[in-house]
Amino acid sequence: MPGIVSHGAYVPRYRLGPETSGWPVPFQRAVANFDEDSITMAVAAGQDCLRGHDREQIDGLLFASSTSPYAEKQGAAIIATALDLRRDIFTADITDVLRSGTAALKAALDSVAAGSAGRVLVVAADTRQGPPRSDTERNSGDGAAAFLIGGDDVMAEAIGSHSLSVNMLDNWRSAGDSFVRSWEDRFAIEEGLERILPEAVQGFCQKYGMNPDSFDRVACFAPDARRHGRLVRQMGFAPEQVQEPYFGRMGNTGAAFPLMLLSGALDELEPNKNILVVSYGDGSDVMAFRTTELVEAASMGKGGLNRHLDTGTVLDSYETYAKWRDIWTTDEAARRPAPSSPSVAALWRESDKNMRLHAGKCVSCGYVQYPQQRVCVNCQRREESNPVRLSEQPAEVFTYSMDYIAGAVDTPLVVSVVDFHCGGRMLCMMTDRELEEVHVGMPVTMSFRKLRVVNGIHNYYWKAIPRRFESEASLG
Amino acid sequence: MSGIKDRVAIIGMGCTKFGERWDSSAADLMVEAAYEAYEDAGIEPKDVQAAWLGTVSSFRTGQPLAEALKLDYIPITRVENACATATDAFRNAAYAVAAGIYDIVLAVGVEKLKDSGFSGLAVPEAPGSDVSPPTPPPSQFAMAATRYFHQYGIPYEEGKRTLARIAAKNHHNGTLNPRAHFQQEISTDQVVNAPMIAWPLGLFDCCGVSDGAAAAIITTPEIARSFRQDYVLVKALSLSVGAFGAIRSDWDFTHFPETVRASQAAYQEAGISNARDELDMAMVHDCFTITELIIYEDLGFSPRGRASEDVESGAFTLEGDLPVNTDGGLKCFGHPIGASGIRMIYEVYKQLQGKAEARQLQKADLGLTHNLGGRPGSFTCSVAVFGAAP
Repeated sequence: MPGIVSHGAYVPRYRLGPETSGWPVPFQRAVANFDEDSITMAVAAGQDCLRGHDREQIDGLLFASSTSPYAEKQGAAIIATALDLRRDIFTADITDVLRSGTAALKAALDSVAAGSAGRVLVVAADTRQGPPRSDTERNSGDGAAAFLIGGDDVMAEAIGSHSLSVNMLDNWRSAGDSFVRSWEDRFAIEEGLERILPEAVQGFCQKYGMNPDSFDRVACFAPDARRHGRLVRQMGFAPEQVQEPYFGRMGNTGAAFPLMLLSGALDELEPNKNILVVSYGDGSDVMAFRTTELVEAASMGKGGLNRHLDTGTVLDSYETYAKWRDIWTTDEAARRPAPSSPSVAALWRESDKNMRLHAGKCVSCGYVQYPQQRVCVNCQRREESNPVRLSEQPAEVFTYSMDYIAGAVDTPLVVSVVDFHCGGRMLCMMTDRELEEVHVGMPVTMSFRKLRVVNGIHNYYWKAIPRRFESEASLG
Repeated sequence: MSGIKDRVAIIGMGCTKFGERWDSSAADLMVEAAYEAYEDAGIEPKDVQAAWLGTVSSFRTGQPLAEALKLDYIPITRVENACATATDAFRNAAYAVAAGIYDIVLAVGVEKLKDSGFSGLAVPEAPGSDVSPPTPPPSQFAMAATRYFHQYGIPYEEGKRTLARIAAKNHHNGTLNPRAHFQQEISTDQVVNAPMIAWPLGLFDCCGVSDGAAAAIITTPEIARSFRQDYVLVKALSLSVGAFGAIRSDWDFTHFPETVRASQAAYQEAGISNARDELDMAMVHDCFTITELIIYEDLGFSPRGRASEDVESGAFTLEGDLPVNTDGGLKCFGHPIGASGIRMIYEVYKQLQGKAEARQLQKADLGLTHNLGGRPGSFTCSVAVFGAAP
């Protein structure tokens, strides 16, 4: 029976909150750092999901987002490479709508049910931007979820799905626009959300002979806390059935949102519980899952979504956020020449080094060295080396500097030399850091980030981040 | 291997004023330095049989030297070897004379950095994947400082104070040198409290960026004697190029093996058994204060981890037992990359001749120059030793 084998989530470290000057909102929302986008967050959620699972068994990857960085160029291929998946897999982007997360989940379940794939990884991420001071900016959040879909060893079986497709311009963003646009929200809510979701849920119940009481949890999309509360009441769910929607802590994470709520529900539920997932956007997808005996074991030691929500750092000022999102453009100090386009040939050639973060382990002497060398740095023999994936390996800071002139956004730029516990040393930038926590010997993990965009090329690489969760100390 | 010791001599040198030479092109600077060297040697331009031009980013070939000096269709080679560029141009010129190919040759080092419009170094790089962290030199050497403080348990304030004394010493020497870019005293408090560039290095821990050129006329000792009695002999020329990079996780970041290897080779070639005792001066690559501190140990002047004691005691000041960077160093000259090595040789040459004016050392028979190009983990290091004529 197809279902969920594993799940993971990612919420960025930073928050806008009541303590943020220039952001007059009494609650928090999650914000991606300047070097994060939907692809990097999808990779982070994918890493979370895949801990302890064999990546060789994965036959496909679906990336869902309304904010994929490229208009032409597949995000899924980038994510699959960063996650060090096989080359002979099916990858696709499912984009452009808030409903794309559940669409990807359904496509993965259907392909497993049809036998065209054994295991499929679904990653959903969004970094939707509203105009400054808009409701969209206030209520949105940045985040990602990942689900490993398979036919056996599932922690939650798929019960079924039901969809409505309704063409409607309540939220839209044309190619080239930075900000999401919305029509008057009385229309959008009354004729859109509050009409479509109840109809879709009712349709699902009729199709599967269920009713609102059949569900232990409902993970339901809504743009904000007030609409969420009204909607679940309207659809006949009691408060104890409702999965906490994390408004005020995280915000509406767009395409990832219903999947993140599903992930949160799976963190908490016992075996044999039913979860209803309801998404929205040009209609609705409704899906349901039933947890199995494996649900508790699968969530053990992961800590789940809550640990991401509990480890936030609130920004001092809205100005920082505005710089990160390019709302406030910074004058690059006249220090360095403008960067030229990266060489695509070099990026392609260095894919194992830059994207898969492979070190080499010398077959002759066993010395681990990053990047892989033609001639071993230790034994100086010209031997082959075996790849060692460093992206999940714990590491610690050997030395570092804090450069006050090299960058304009992330000042000072922390450059670190990190030593991996498995061997190997890497010079890399450190991100998601507060200056006072940086020290020699500091435990770090690796995070996939966007360095810069030049010539329309989103150039990604790995950076060190302060170890966010204790459980990562021994993983790898 | 017979080595270079006593096989070639310098009979003339020139060095421009270093600084923001808005008025001068790289060609102007080369002419200024070369004509001072001609005049000092007492030769005519037509006496030059071959030339080597050291430059990192000002020119791609040797041709601009021929055009600037109107040389007479002689062979000219451009040399580029990072911060060791000038010394390596000198080294190649010296080897050609030692090989008996030429009698009189010219080595020129030049760099014009201040036309870039950027405050730091703006050296173009070949196309690549551009994923390496942006690590301009201050950031690279700051990582050495961070680790040095950590490894030897030096509190931040104490470490900063030690580094500040190095900057203040070099600035003091620069006040005595009319060719230096910066010619004013600075206090250790100014250094410690200066704006941060790359923590833990502040503004005055960094050398300047400037324009300049220097030149040397090289010949055999036999020919040198017919020109002047106070010629200067080359005692050693060594070059060490790091091969392992910063990817070995057992490298400590607190010593630079390239300096150790280059200096050991140079000491052997020159017949020096105790550098601290036998050398009378050293011009070293103080691109940053931490670099000079580590160089003291790498050159064998101070025991490992204890260079700060020698800094405290004033051992490397003009009055100390081994004055270092008597001309003001990179700290006061800035670092026009292709010129710095020959600028250092110029100071040793003048000191050995007793012509170093207010900076003149009482005992000046043997001097060393040192350049360190690249970055911690992968350096190109040159060490040269010069002695007064017998």
